[in-house]
Amino acid sequence: MIELKGLHKSYITGNNKLHVLKGLDLTIEQGELVSIMGSSGSGKSTLLNVLGILDSYDKGHYKLNNTLMSNLTEKKAAHYRNNMIGFVFQSFNLISFKNAMENVALPLYYQGVSRKKRNKIALEYLDRMGLKNWADHMPNELSGGQKQRVAIARSMISKPKVILADEPTGALDSTTSLEVMDLFREINKEGITIIIVTHEKDISERTNRIIYLKDGIIESEFISPRKISETVGTYRN
Amino acid sequence: MFDKEKWQEIFSSLKNNKMRTTLTVFGVFWGIFMLIIMLGLGMGFKNMIQEGFGDFATNSLLIWPQQTTKAYKGFPRNRRYMFTNEDVQIIKEKFPEIEFIAPKLRAFGSEGANNATRGTKTGAFSVEGTFPEYNLIDPSKITSGRFVNNVDIKEYKKVAVIGKHVKDVLFDKDENPIGEYIKINGIYFKVVGVLTKGASNISLGSDKDRSIVIPLTTFQKVYNRGNEVGFCAVTAVKEANIALVQQKINTFLRSRHSIAPDDEQAVGGFNLAKEFKKIFKMITGIGILIWIVGTATLLAGVIGVSNIMLVVVKERTKEIGIQRALGATPFKIMNNIITEAIFLTASSGYMGIVLGVGVIELIKMIANSTGSDNPFFTHAGVNLNVALMALFILVIFGVFAGFIPAKRAISIKPIDALRDE
Ligand SMILES: Nc1ncnc2c1ncn2[C@@H]1O[C@H](COP(=O)(O)OP(=O)(O)O)[C@@H](O)[C@H]1O
Ligand SMILES: [Mg+2]
Repeated sequence: MIELKGLHKSYITGNNKLHVLKGLDLTIEQGELVSIMGSSGSGKSTLLNVLGILDSYDKGHYKLNNTLMSNLTEKKAAHYRNNMIGFVFQSFNLISFKNAMENVALPLYYQGVSRKKRNKIALEYLDRMGLKNWADHMPNELSGGQKQRVAIARSMISKPKVILADEPTGALDSTTSLEVMDLFREINKEGITIIIVTHEKDISERTNRIIYLKDGIIESEFISPRKISETVGTYRN
Repeated sequence: MFDKEKWQEIFSSLKNNKMRTTLTVFGVFWGIFMLIIMLGLGMGFKNMIQEGFGDFATNSLLIWPQQTTKAYKGFPRNRRYMFTNEDVQIIKEKFPEIEFIAPKLRAFGSEGANNATRGTKTGAFSVEGTFPEYNLIDPSKITSGRFVNNVDIKEYKKVAVIGKHVKDVLFDKDENPIGEYIKINGIYFKVVGVLTKGASNISLGSDKDRSIVIPLTTFQKVYNRGNEVGFCAVTAVKEANIALVQQKINTFLRSRHSIAPDDEQAVGGFNLAKEFKKIFKMITGIGILIWIVGTATLLAGVIGVSNIMLVVVKERTKEIGIQRALGATPFKIMNNIITEAIFLTASSGYMGIVLGVGVIELIKMIANSTGSDNPFFTHAGVNLNVALMALFILVIFGVFAGFIPAKRAISIKPIDALRDE
C-alpha cells in the first residue's frame, strides 16, 4: 500500500541545508493503523507531508498503491490527494465561512459531485460522528473535539485509501483525545489505512503499530501492546 | 456558472473587508463613470458639430474673383476682373468631376437704403441672383412655393424667392405672398417662393431670412451686369479630390482672364471639404483622447482591484492550502480568484455605467425641459454598443486583474500554504 525506499529529504533555507529524512525504508500495508513517534524536530511531520504528496522528496522512492509518486504535476497531485488521501490536522483546518456540512462535503465538490448529493453524504458522515444536529453550525461555534470530528468526517468522505493525521489530538484534552482515537480505530476497521503522528504515548498505544523516528531514520518499531493483547485475546476493554 | 461554493468564498472575503471592498469597487466605478460621462458629452459635441453642418454639401468649394497681384501680358497688377457666364458654362462641361456649379451675384440696397417695397411696406434686403443648383449646394428650406428654376434662368423671368423675414416685413401676417408682386429697385417681381435657413448652421454671406433670391440672368439684366458672375459654389462628385479640382479650375480661369500662371492670389477660394475634414479630424481626436483618458482612469481602478486581490490571496494562503490538500486543482484555485476579480470589476463597472448613463440622460432631460437648444447637452448620449464595449473591456481587465494574484496563489507549494499562519 505504502512503500518507501531510501527516502531522503532536506530543507534548504538560504545557505543552510537541513537534512531531515536520511534514507527511510518503510512499508505499510492496506488496513494498518500506524503511529509515528519521535521527539520534536525528528521529521515526523516532514514524513507525513511527503506521504500526503503535500511536499516533494529528494532521493529514493515513494509508491502509493503501487504508483510511483514523483515528478507529479500539481493537477495529478491534486487528483491523488482528492481520491486516495484524507488529511486530519492538529489545528483542524476547517474553512471558516462554511458550515460543518459544507466543510465535510468539500472533497466531493472537487470531484464534481452535485451539491445536493454531496451534502446528503456529508450529513451521513456527520451523523456517524454524532454531529448531525451541528450540521449547519459554523466552525467557530464548535468545540475542539467537535471540530476535529468534522475534520475526520471530511477526511473520510471521499473514501480514501489512507488517512494521514498529524497530531490530531494535540489541541484536545485527554478525554476528547481518547474519543477521537476510538473513532480512528472504528474507521480503521473498515479497511482504511490510518497513519497518526503523535508524541503522546497513550495515543500511540491505541494504534496497532508504532514507529519511532530519530535523526531522520527509523530507530525502532513495535507492535503495540494493545495489538498483542487483542491478538492473544486476553485484553479486555 | 452558479456554483455556490465559489460565490460563498468570494462574498465571504468581500464581506469581511467591507471598507476595502468599497474603496476598490469605487476605483473601478469612478473610472468607468468618468469614461461614460466623457463619451456622452463627446457625443453631444459631435452631434452639435454635425448638426451645424446639416445638409451642406461637404465636398464643396467656393471661388471668387480677386485683384491680380502680378503684371501679365501687358496688364498691370491690382487689376479687377469678374468671372463670366461662359466661364461657368465651360467649367461645367470641361471637368466631369464637378457635380454642380452655381454662380451668384449679389447687390444690397445702397448704404442700407430700402430696396424692396410693396405698397406702403418697405425694407432693405440683400438681393441675390443665382442658379437653381445653388440650392443643392447650400440648401435653404423652401417653406412655400419653389426655388428659382431653369425656365426662369432661360427666360429672364422676373420672379423672386423671398426670405422669411422679407415676407414678414412686406406682407401681413395671414397674407399668402405666392403670386403677389413686390418692387425691387423699382422693378416688379412676382413672388414664387418663401425660404428660410436650411438645416445647416453654415452661412455663406448674407442671412438667408433677410435676402431675396432672383434668377441670375434676370439679375444681370436688371442691374446691368452683362455676363458677369461674382462667386461660384462648386461641388465635386464623391470620389473626386476637391483640392485637385480647385487647382484645375484656377489654372483654367487664370489662362482665360490673362492672369499670370503663378498668381495664386487672383482667384479667391475656400475649400470647405478641407475645413470639414479638419473639424472631423478634431472630433475623432477628441474621441480618441476621451478613450485614452477614460481607459487610463479605468486602468488605475483595475490595478487597484489587482492589488486587493493580491492581498486577498495572501490572506487566504492557508485556506488555499487547505483546499489544495483536499484536492482542489490549480485550475480551480485560479478560476476562483479570476472570477472574483471579474466579479469585482464587472459589478462595480456596471454600476458606473448605469450611473453614468443615468447622469447623461438627466442632463439631456434637464436641457430639454428648460428648452435649451444647445445640442451639446440635448444631443449628449451614450449608445448601447459603447456601453457594452466598456463592459467587455472591464471583463477583460478583470481577467488581467485576477491573473497575477491567481498565479501567485498557486505558485506556493501546498505545504507552505498550509503552514502559513
Ligand atoms: N519548511 C521548512 N523549512 C525549513 N526547515 C524545516 C521546514 N519544516 C520543518 N523544518 C525543520 O525540519 C525538522 C523536522 O521538522 P518536522 O518534520 O516538523 O518535525 P516534527 O514534526 O517531528 O516535530 C525541524 O528541525 C524543523 O525545524
Ligand atoms: Mg510536527
